[in-house]
Amino acid sequence: MESKISVKNLDFFYGSNQALYDISLDIPEREVIAFIGPSGCGKSTFLRTLNRMNDTIASASVKGSVMMDGKNIYASGTDVVALRRRVGMVFQKSNPFPKSIFENVAYGIRINGIHSNKADLEERVERALKNAALWEEVKDRLNSSAFGLSGGQQQRLCIARALAVQPEVILMDEPASALDPIATQKIEELVVELKRDYTIVIVTHNMQQAARVSDRTAFFMLGKLVEFNPTQKMFTNPDEKLTEDYITGRFG
Amino acid sequence: MANTGTKGDKVFHAVVFAAALSIILIVAAVIAVMFQSAIPSMERFGIGFLFGREWKPAQEEFGALPFIFGTVTSSVIALILSIPVSLGIAIFLVEQAPKKLARPIAFMVELLAAIPSVVYGLWGIFVLAPLIREYIGPFLQTYVGFLPIFQGRITGIGMLTAGIILALMITPIITSVVRDVLEAVPHTQREAALALGATKWETTMIVLGNASSGIAGAVVLGLGRAVGETMAVTMVIGNSPQIVASLFEPANTIASLLAANFAEATDEMYLSALIEIGLVLFLVTFIINAFAKLLILSVASKTNAAKQG
Repeated sequence: MESKISVKNLDFFYGSNQALYDISLDIPEREVIAFIGPSGCGKSTFLRTLNRMNDTIASASVKGSVMMDGKNIYASGTDVVALRRRVGMVFQKSNPFPKSIFENVAYGIRINGIHSNKADLEERVERALKNAALWEEVKDRLNSSAFGLSGGQQQRLCIARALAVQPEVILMDEPASALDPIATQKIEELVVELKRDYTIVIVTHNMQQAARVSDRTAFFMLGKLVEFNPTQKMFTNPDEKLTEDYITGRFG
Repeated sequence: MANTGTKGDKVFHAVVFAAALSIILIVAAVIAVMFQSAIPSMERFGIGFLFGREWKPAQEEFGALPFIFGTVTSSVIALILSIPVSLGIAIFLVEQAPKKLARPIAFMVELLAAIPSVVYGLWGIFVLAPLIREYIGPFLQTYVGFLPIFQGRITGIGMLTAGIILALMITPIITSVVRDVLEAVPHTQREAALALGATKWETTMIVLGNASSGIAGAVVLGLGRAVGETMAVTMVIGNSPQIVASLFEPANTIASLLAANFAEATDEMYLSALIEIGLVLFLVTFIINAFAKLLILSVASKTNAAKQG
């Protein structure tokens, strides 16, 4: 198994509160990995250790290692800005910038200086919007505000924005939890589609969603990784009794 | 029994309504009285009052232009000096400073706002004015002395001194309002930028973009304070109604003219002219605020949408 990200013995603390206990797991390249578990189980916290988004919390501290392509992203001297360009993120609530649709997607390209000229920039924006399955809906109003879009469209815009900087890994923190079923379905189809080019880690509350989109599933509880297995096995014949109880809805 | 509460509520409604109404009546009364008292001066001088450059009460010659010029110029100097500093403090406090450092700095800034105006004036006379006369003025003349605004004799008392004092006085209010609006920008906006590989600087630019209307509002509040500030300005501006390019020269503002001359204005025309220029101050602030409100409205829709999104 070719690991894109390899986590070893990761502990995470908010001040003196330990939120993650001794997590070890390997994320293969170009697969969709789902994180499931009850609220407060640490799945979102764990997701955010993968692009060091938890660095913004002053009291947070990390032990253990997260190797990406063989390099520990928590080693001193790591360029966090460069890391986050390689590991994109889509959030629970869509958070477009107060700019036009075009400028939202162009933002990451601009700040990272990826484009060579204006035509290249436009082409990259178009490609990102197409990859996010949004192009047809917005191509005639690229210069209008991103806030004129529906919730589902805004979330796909945020995905396009993340795709535009050509990351290697995309982290998604419950990307469809605020959306209606039709918008959710579009996001799910998109996730499966994107797997061809990207490694995707998706946190979800929705177990059917995990079953539909992911290749492997990790089940977290109380800050511990209970089980990590191929999704098929997880949902038919899990190793752990706890996993089975959770998946069959005996608690949660 | 059932209507006891209803009756009480009616009285309650009447009381709070009266309170709300009284503020409108007071403003209307102030305008009416000022307008009426200004009529003799308005009839005598007409619109020329606003453009007259001479202010000689003994000859019954009253022109408001030097005071309007002084008010606008000193306020603009204050804003130019204060905006970058205030933004810098607010950005540092919200985006960068550790909590241990943010609290004492915020406290110091708020303390600045509590210093009485007359104390600023004294500080201006005894500290700032000599500083400008001995160091700042000569320094500016050496390096940018070719600019007309930095030419002429440096006494330490004048437009620049007033502008700097005003900048100090409006910095706390601009800082604290900007700090509040920056704090109101959703954390998800910062995370969105960071997740795309934005640096701290680039993330801050996104935050400022979100807060632009609030920042405009903060600047307006500061401008309002600068235009109306009286005591400290009177003490350092030199109270000389002239329109010259040099910022080292003494000047005067409307508020400072009123403060310094009201007591000695005994004859009717002098008093009426002073009240008319007070009315002008009222109009100047009104126009500034209306203009700024329009500015805010044009960007506010953007931020409102951001809150929904």
